[in-house]
Amino acid sequence: MTRHRILGLGLLLVLALMPVLTDLAGQPAFLSLMTRILIYGMAAASLNFVLGFGGMVSFGHAAFFGIGGYVVGFLFFHQTEGTLFLGLIPGTSQLLITLPAAVLVSGLVAALIGTLALRTGGVQFIMITLAFAQMIFFFFVSLKTYGGEDGIIIRRANELPFLNMRDKATFYWVVLAITTLFFLGLRRVVNSSFGAVLDGLRQNERRMAALGVPAFRYKLYAFVLSGMGTGLAGALMANFLRFASPDMLHWTKSGELMVMVILGGVGTLFGPFLGAGAFMVLESVLSSWSEHWPLALGLILLVVVLGTKGGLMALVSRLGGRK
Amino acid sequence: MILFVEQVLNGLQYGVMLFLLAAGLTLIFGIMGVINLAHGSLYMIGAYAGTYVAAQTGSFWLGVPAALAAAALTGFAIEALVVRRLYARDHLDQVLATFGLILTFNQSIILLFGRQPLFTQLPAGLDGSVMLLPGLPYPTYRLLMIAVGLLVAVGLYFLINRTRIGMLVRAGATNREMVRALGVDIRLLYTLVFGLGALLAGLAGFMAAPILAVQVGMGEQILLATFVVVVIGGVGSIRGAFVAGILLGLVDTLLRAFLPSLLRQVMPGSEADALGIGIASMGIYLLMAIVLLVRPKGLFGATA
Amino acid sequence: MSVVLSVRGLRKRFGGLVATDDVTLDVAAGEIHALIGPNGAGKSTLVNQLSGELVADAGTIHLMEEDITGLSVAERVARGLGRTFQITSLLDDMTVMQNVGMALQAHEGGNFRIWDAVQKRRSVWERAKAILRDSLLTGREAALVADLSHGEKKQLELLMAMAMAPRIMLLDEPMAGLGHLESQAMIGQLEKLKAQTAILLIEHDMEAVFALADRVSVLVYGRIIAQGSVDEIRSNPAVREAYLGAEDELC
Repeated sequence: MTRHRILGLGLLLVLALMPVLTDLAGQPAFLSLMTRILIYGMAAASLNFVLGFGGMVSFGHAAFFGIGGYVVGFLFFHQTEGTLFLGLIPGTSQLLITLPAAVLVSGLVAALIGTLALRTGGVQFIMITLAFAQMIFFFFVSLKTYGGEDGIIIRRANELPFLNMRDKATFYWVVLAITTLFFLGLRRVVNSSFGAVLDGLRQNERRMAALGVPAFRYKLYAFVLSGMGTGLAGALMANFLRFASPDMLHWTKSGELMVMVILGGVGTLFGPFLGAGAFMVLESVLSSWSEHWPLALGLILLVVVLGTKGGLMALVSRLGGRK
Repeated sequence: MILFVEQVLNGLQYGVMLFLLAAGLTLIFGIMGVINLAHGSLYMIGAYAGTYVAAQTGSFWLGVPAALAAAALTGFAIEALVVRRLYARDHLDQVLATFGLILTFNQSIILLFGRQPLFTQLPAGLDGSVMLLPGLPYPTYRLLMIAVGLLVAVGLYFLINRTRIGMLVRAGATNREMVRALGVDIRLLYTLVFGLGALLAGLAGFMAAPILAVQVGMGEQILLATFVVVVIGGVGSIRGAFVAGILLGLVDTLLRAFLPSLLRQVMPGSEADALGIGIASMGIYLLMAIVLLVRPKGLFGATA
Repeated sequence: MSVVLSVRGLRKRFGGLVATDDVTLDVAAGEIHALIGPNGAGKSTLVNQLSGELVADAGTIHLMEEDITGLSVAERVARGLGRTFQITSLLDDMTVMQNVGMALQAHEGGNFRIWDAVQKRRSVWERAKAILRDSLLTGREAALVADLSHGEKKQLELLMAMAMAPRIMLLDEPMAGLGHLESQAMIGQLEKLKAQTAILLIEHDMEAVFALADRVSVLVYGRIIAQGSVDEIRSNPAVREAYLGAEDELC
């Protein structure tokens, strides 16, 4: 327990010093890679909450990622235009408003999709989540006002009082702070009464019903929480990229999030962050070697899925856990 | 009216293509319990192999066996090397492993053929049109596609309902344990079904080649629609795949053809086009969501 | 004695097959009502209708005079209907303690709380400890369910069902697969449970049925062909012919 705490604090310290380190090493690009890893880590961890902890294989989580991003985009667009969104809502570029708005909207959409999708299971659940994500994808593509296929350019990252969000290091620190809070919150939820029930439902829904636990509403709650987390990550990503586009909701993005989860370790707290890190590093290393890097990624994925059980997290605990 | 009939025929043609892909996929789902995202890659491989051979030899017809052979061989290889290890795994592992296959195949094709799309010349005699009704010419080749698709449907119907293999396939789609209990070499059955599915996908790929651009990513485009067909039709049901394939082909084609002009009557042109195409693209997914909400196992799915 | 569970005219068909046909029976407080019948008689279908996993085509089910025919599994459980599974159905990745804890936690409620710590729910864990301390699983609290023996799993099923303080328990073949000694222990336990809850006992083991039951119903081809005390059933000619004729002599 304490060993974990020391490790965690050590890791946090290294992460906090990252802007200084990358500066010293003359590798500013590495800082933006780290920012992306943290953001994708949150998205993957949110997906893992339903997938690993809840046993619901959602193939449409890019939808929430994209919605989070588009909320930021819409609000920015209407602020610069000075118009009202849907004729009701004024735009804004205050992060303290856009982030909660993104989380809220993603949660609402997740509630809607979850209510319908959770009536099915198995293959049908995978496909219906994919179907809803595709619908939302094409919906955004058809919005000409907001750039259609090209998406919305967000010329300035959202503002926070007293901070210069245009500074890369500051932005990174903000993301790191949010990620840390997110991680602690997620850990708390997993270890809560609700987390235990969700774990029970993953293992045996029939048994839980015999204990008087109706699966649907608990799974829906998990799905909504997961959608909110993914939306938060999407909102930050839009701020980071200064861009919100249908690419964020492409079905391959859902696949990538799943890849991160399985690379890191399904059903573990820290695994998705490791998986996001591995994925992003792999992508940047491989793509610097060859434009055909997806070939290597595909093969690595095959080896990981067919050859290992438990992903990087299992590897870490095997290396570190031997007494 | 003429336009409408033409679009219905186009929808029918798209529908039989979807059926060719969905027939294999639904059997693989139903019998082996495997979600195979790489099914679209077999379609792409059939298209590339057939088009390449046709271009090299100058004979369109030599492309047919090439496409079938390439897709079937790739199918056998996938089954033996990857899918066989996935039977006992959960859906998540299946999705990810076959997602890995997609990435691998797409990049391999780019390495071999580059990123430029390939085009196929139609053989003489098929590049013209047939006058179906006065004032309604329709491309001969598309009619041939519809005919081939219907022929395959009839063939599959006989294979499934009139032969011993078909009996085992049907039994396997509804009750896997029972087939095992019958002492059938289940492994061989799996390999055959997978090979058959690959063959049909390859056929569909090559047939589509002359009317589409043969390019990387063509597999995924149609894969998603195929999944929708399988799920709407009911996992494991060939009949469902046929009905849903035709239905989806018609819905998708007609929405794309007529929705933008309908919307143009109530809004400005460019916006109507964008919104119309957008909604048309959403159409099949919307249809699937509605069907699943009413019948969670699909139209012809086992209800148990 | 007051009737806890009252079943009237329950019917279920699958296609042309009538699985339960006009089943009527009562279970009173403090009694063990046994349901016997040859394989394929429709016992499992009946249990699944009573528990709510299957929807009956016709007929009613009342629990403590409340109509529960249209309620879901979870809603019936909340009203005091407990059950065990013929093929044990447990939370395999969890320990024995966690399984009992889950039953208590589910019964206690407050399970939408995402900001508490389940490990710190004193009332749950203290009661779980107490339940296990007095059970045959004492000493096995930390064992993973996947590692338990068949007999131990049956025990755990019973403990979990009892942890919910049910008014009536549906016991689906609790003796199935148990050795002789284990069966004897189970019989002793069920005898004691009678004071806490009414029991509908679905069982193949005649020795157990005749040792435990206050009343017996005989189900053949989905119909109840006889109902009465152990002695009445033993001497009923229709039962002998329809059910016992095919099997071994009665003990």
